[in-house]
Amino acid sequence: MLQFNRLQTIAILGTVLLGVLFTIPNFLTSEQLEKAPGFVPSSQVKLGLDLRGGSYLLLKVETDEVIDNRMTSLRREVQREMRPSGNRERIALQALPTYNADTATISLRVREASDVAEAEDRIKALTRQGLGAAVGVGLRPYEVIVTGERIDIRMSREAQTYYIAEAVKDSIEVVRRRIDPVGNKEVSIQPQGADRIIVQAPGDDDPEALKEVINRTGQLTFHHVDGTVDPLDAESGLLPPGRILVPNAEYEGPGAEVLYEEPVITGDMVADATAEPNSETGGFQIGFRFDNTGARRFGDFTRDHVGERFAIVLDNEVISAPRIQSVIPGGTGRITGNFTAEEVTRTATLIRSGALPATLTTIEQRSVGAELGADSVRAGAIALIVGFAGVIIYMVLSYGRFGVYADMALIANVALIAGALSLFGSTLTLPGIAGIVLTIGMAVDANVLIFERIREEVLGGKPPVRAIELGFDKARSAIVDANVTTFAAAAFMFILGAGPVRGFAVTLMIGVVTSVFTAYFLTRLLAGGWVLANRPKTITL
Amino acid sequence: MALLKFIPDQTSIPFTSWRMIAAAVSGLAVVASIIAVATLGLNFGVDFRGGVTIEVASDDPIDLGAVRSAVGDLGLGDVRVQEIVDPGGDKGVVVFIEQQEADAVETSPGAAQSETADGTDAEGADALADDEGAQQTASKAVQDVLRALLGEDIRFNKIEVVGPTVSGELIQKGALAVALALGAMLIYIWARFEWQFSLGAVAALAHDIIITLGVFAVTQLEFNLPIIAAILTIVGYSMNDTVVVYDRVRENLRKFKKKALTEVADLSINDTLSRTVMTSVTTLIALIALYVIGGDVLRGFTFAMIWGILIGTYSSIFVAAPFLLATGVKRDWSKNAVTATP
Repeated sequence: MLQFNRLQTIAILGTVLLGVLFTIPNFLTSEQLEKAPGFVPSSQVKLGLDLRGGSYLLLKVETDEVIDNRMTSLRREVQREMRPSGNRERIALQALPTYNADTATISLRVREASDVAEAEDRIKALTRQGLGAAVGVGLRPYEVIVTGERIDIRMSREAQTYYIAEAVKDSIEVVRRRIDPVGNKEVSIQPQGADRIIVQAPGDDDPEALKEVINRTGQLTFHHVDGTVDPLDAESGLLPPGRILVPNAEYEGPGAEVLYEEPVITGDMVADATAEPNSETGGFQIGFRFDNTGARRFGDFTRDHVGERFAIVLDNEVISAPRIQSVIPGGTGRITGNFTAEEVTRTATLIRSGALPATLTTIEQRSVGAELGADSVRAGAIALIVGFAGVIIYMVLSYGRFGVYADMALIANVALIAGALSLFGSTLTLPGIAGIVLTIGMAVDANVLIFERIREEVLGGKPPVRAIELGFDKARSAIVDANVTTFAAAAFMFILGAGPVRGFAVTLMIGVVTSVFTAYFLTRLLAGGWVLANRPKTITL
Repeated sequence: MALLKFIPDQTSIPFTSWRMIAAAVSGLAVVASIIAVATLGLNFGVDFRGGVTIEVASDDPIDLGAVRSAVGDLGLGDVRVQEIVDPGGDKGVVVFIEQQEADAVETSPGAAQSETADGTDAEGADALADDEGAQQTASKAVQDVLRALLGEDIRFNKIEVVGPTVSGELIQKGALAVALALGAMLIYIWARFEWQFSLGAVAALAHDIIITLGVFAVTQLEFNLPIIAAILTIVGYSMNDTVVVYDRVRENLRKFKKKALTEVADLSINDTLSRTVMTSVTTLIALIALYVIGGDVLRGFTFAMIWGILIGTYSSIFVAAPFLLATGVKRDWSKNAVTATP
């Protein structure tokens, strides 16, 4: 049956028109798009980073660190629980609690067997905080196992998974605050798998600066400086317990400071940080403001320690260690030093964005300059036009009138591909352009199969209308089988492929579907319409 | 108007009578390819080998030798420097550095000292993180050296850093994608045709893939992620060609129940020959445009594809079809054949 009924004809032409309609926005500027009438769709094809320039970073959240950090601080708390406080007696231990990272277990040994039950109670009370709804109500994050005088505290698998997932979520938020604080950039930050984050930042910014901003942990703490210990003694190993030796940041001069390990204030108590000019020195400084808890603690601390020094530590470096001149109430302060404007801005953003729950390691980076991207678009577009023109001419030369029909189907095909890419808001990459060019070459295959069949039927003596009918019918099984296999290959590329391969696979899959549609339905509509209307005695192809 | 035709309307080329020669040629090519891949190896790009690629362009001419020795002095192991022309016609250089290991790079003091307080032993994770970090440090070092050597005005057109974790995964996924695609084809053809067809089609595909790998081993063209995409496309295209021939063989087997199998095969190949050539030519037109105009970035990819179209067309005629003759395909395709024959 060559003839389509009215409804089918409308459906075929309507589909093609839809393809054209969805392609339109790509040729409009954003202002024109705003003024366009309501029926014009607004989604455009996005250009991939390889075509517009930008950086792709694949980050790995160091998940071991997430667990280690929690367990290490729990270990400290367990140790504290064994000390006397209020009406509680001290529980004597054979040795300080140890932590084994491989099994995520804290172990301690109680000296007196009679204390075991009390120690277990205190630990259970300490670890009773649930994980919230995500792991199920009542489920405890830690298992406490008692064997003789030994107590093991192990973090459960579910809790580990939960904390890692939380860390990935938090990391994404922190990274977003750092590289896109205002939310006006087209930065995409997405999780991938259990412990990875993909950052895609278009634009010509220096990828090294981007990585530097992301990879800093941003751990800010305020410590009391222990002025009684000489840093030089501490360096040679005479560090009293409960103290840490922290190196000075390079712009603060050489050496290190001996600090009390327990921080006075932690970064999460800092409500805001801004870069501002320093009117006294003409340089730059960072102004900060604590939240209520922080302000109270800082006020108390400065009141008790006038004349002593405190240190502001960022990522294990002392960035400033001023002397306390007088009590500082009100909860505001500033970090001064020999900073450049850029350093101050970066540090302020870092402090404001909060600390990463764990180190982010860059395991893959792909950056393309905007200029190269623009050149690639131009080259790809020219290749597309030349290839397109070549195929169109060749088809007309080979099949005459039928070649023209095939070419019309081919043009509709390209419109449909572009329309589908716009509709899905897909990202067009250089391999994606290659996919379209290849699809143009292969798209005519279905038409070629049909025309060759028609030619055979004509040679076999069939009248034109019958020959065309038979041609379409008999070519069908070959077209289906051939395209299903190509589609399958593209689908595997899409499922398993990374970056560039996926972009190629998407256009190839769309191209397979649209080329079968246009070849089978549009060409049939055109060729069938002509032959039924004119009833030619012979046809040549 | 006379229409352009490379292939006359009716041909009767005795393709199958050349099947022994074709088998010898294909067999030799496959063996030679395997040897080439085994001895010469593939020139894996950064995607699969890990390491750093930095492409730099400058308005001033760049002295390749100076770049080579300056980057070489960093002690980053195997360094390759080559000239490149980007699609805009600008000249630049590409610097390749092999995958770094943690202790091979001197990190700035302090930066490498991760906090190992409280005696936790997370050394395994740290070592891995350091290996990844070493790529980043090397990348930064090369950029600094290039800036010092060529001036601040140079443009880094492209920076690719692939660490050991990702490169390992990309190899696995690439191989898996090709293997699964082959498996899926095997099953689909089996379901639509017969097991002999399925075996023949996959033999043709394996033939195409192996010889393509051989060409990459001999030419030492860079083998990277897009080449896997090219190979998968070759798989799709070659299968496409093979299926069209097989479809006709199946049809002719139904039509000519008494004809010798070789005759049926020859007839089917000749019937579809015009279409085979036609589609190959249109696809090649598009690909050659891309190869010539598309720029260096796509050149390896389009080369693989052009090669694949040629070899895929050859294999569907000279490998896939003769394979049916060798395995002996069932002759009776009438619908009730199974119940009718005792």
